[in-house]
Amino acid sequence: MVRKVKSGNLFHGISGLKNLLSRCYIGLIVLFLYAPILVLIVLSFNRSRSRVTWGGFTLEWYGQLFSNRQIMDALVTTLVLAFLSALIATVIGVLAALGIHAMRQRNYQIMMIFTNIPILNADIVTGISLMLWFVHFMPLGFGSVLIAHITFNIPYVILSVMPKIRQMNVSLYEAARDLGANAVYGFFRVILPQLLSGIVSGFFMAFTMSMDDFVITYFTKGAGVSTLSTMIYGEIRKGIKPEMYALSTIIFVTMFLILLAVNYWPEKKPAVREEQRF
Amino acid sequence: MNDVILQLDSVSKSFEGKVILNSLDLEIRRNEFITLLGPSGCGKTTTLRIIGGFEKPDEGRVLFEGTDITGFPPDKRNVNTVFQKYSLFPHMSVEENIAFGLKLKKKSGQYIKDKIGYALKLVNMDGYESRKPDSLSGGQQQRVAIARAIVNEPKVLLLDEPLGALDLKLRHEMQRELIKIKKEVGITFIYVTHDQEEALTMSDRIVVMNKGLVQQMGTSKSIYDEPQNAFVADFIGDSNIIDGIMKADRLVQIQGVPIPCVDTGFGKDELVDVVIRPEDLEITAPETGYLTGRVISVIFKGAYYEIKVRAGAYDWSIQDVNPAPVGSMVGLSILPDNIQIMHKPHSEDAQAVREEE
Repeated sequence: MVRKVKSGNLFHGISGLKNLLSRCYIGLIVLFLYAPILVLIVLSFNRSRSRVTWGGFTLEWYGQLFSNRQIMDALVTTLVLAFLSALIATVIGVLAALGIHAMRQRNYQIMMIFTNIPILNADIVTGISLMLWFVHFMPLGFGSVLIAHITFNIPYVILSVMPKIRQMNVSLYEAARDLGANAVYGFFRVILPQLLSGIVSGFFMAFTMSMDDFVITYFTKGAGVSTLSTMIYGEIRKGIKPEMYALSTIIFVTMFLILLAVNYWPEKKPAVREEQRF
Repeated sequence: MNDVILQLDSVSKSFEGKVILNSLDLEIRRNEFITLLGPSGCGKTTTLRIIGGFEKPDEGRVLFEGTDITGFPPDKRNVNTVFQKYSLFPHMSVEENIAFGLKLKKKSGQYIKDKIGYALKLVNMDGYESRKPDSLSGGQQQRVAIARAIVNEPKVLLLDEPLGALDLKLRHEMQRELIKIKKEVGITFIYVTHDQEEALTMSDRIVVMNKGLVQQMGTSKSIYDEPQNAFVADFIGDSNIIDGIMKADRLVQIQGVPIPCVDTGFGKDELVDVVIRPEDLEITAPETGYLTGRVISVIFKGAYYEIKVRAGAYDWSIQDVNPAPVGSMVGLSILPDNIQIMHKPHSEDAQAVREEE
């Protein structure tokens, strides 16, 4: 009896230690991942231009950031580009995914390999090849960047919508037709709602990929067009200004919020369902 | 009297070179409960999908009240389907699911509300209006699916193995309810199943199918009592199927023993298939039966014992309320009425039937 209690305690001790170690491990990982970003955020509020001394809290850099035309233009370009390319890629990607899903097994696999290649392909290769292609047919500018972004966004949309299509009961569409819906009504009223969470996350993934991209944009933008990433790259050569910390902080917070939105989107519905059950 | 609502006129369909339906002719009468019965791959579901408009036949026509609807899409046909996997729209409530078809027909709000109330009462689901499909059990979902189809007042309701996913007890309950619903709404039901018991229980008429061909068509009783070929005999209920020789009218020789039967019109010494239902064989003393054999197994089945008797090279299957001791010699006796004689298959179509065994 006594021994049993003792060994229980011992076991408890070991598992406690294990628990502590695993917490430390996780802590280290989080530290290495997020400490630099934290430093960046802190520096964006630092009155001192120095990177090592704290000169007091200020929003000065944020103010300068928003009054800087060059940065604001680049921001607008980036957002418009991300929104348009994500939107168009989502439309094309959803239709493509439906088409690919309807293919026979062999063609399906071939098409999915084609879909994966642009994702795995090095950006530098994609960027240079698109540039070579564009210079033959059109002037490099906003149009060419937009087309480039749509191109590399489509696979992300396909990949996030495809699992939803595979999960979907195909006879739902037939049921809609059976009840008198024509093809278009059946698609929008029955198919689309089933795929919505996949479409939304595909859209946001495309949006962030577009915002994030530097290499492909750099090669396809031509002169006169600047996105945030290419603009920052140009600025950094002249030395890092504190506005850049402020800008990076804003980008990080925005992306973080988008990420939260994407992650919580599909989980809203089951929660509601759960309530209704009782 | 012969009021045909739906007619399939030599309909053929192949998928990737495999023949699913082979020049199928079928006439469905107004207000009947007709069941397409057969093993999987026999073409019964394809037939239903052709009627529903989800598949186009390669050849042949579908006539609905005399009009050729072969090329019509599903939304232009006056039929509705209850799908095997329920196929309720998961993002809509029960009420919205049922209203789906009515809204498309631009019915008034009051009409839709009344119809939903009526349909849910019909399928015993009143009070579930605002529930989401995946908060319902399989049986409840199937009831909603039936309600959703019926509110559109189709002239023909297609049911594709609707009870296939339910457990046995629920299935029996739903069978009774389907018959009740059928009586209440008074429309034609075309029912697809591979469950012979389900078919025998519910149908006015059964179409037994195999390999894209109709094997036999008739009432439950005629199909059970007078199977026209070995496939039907084997598929519907349990059967002893054995070779026989017609010695004369009303006399068939089985295992060398002449036994009186009621069939006439066969050639003398013609080779035939003989079908005897296990419940029609009677165990007697060895000296009084037509055939004698040794009991090789006895299994208790609840309402009866299933007894296997080896006579010559054939193991007879017998259902009897009394067991017989294993290893004992018994006689088997049979009334002439209960012997079914069938021609041996000679055509290619009939051969397809034989291959199944």
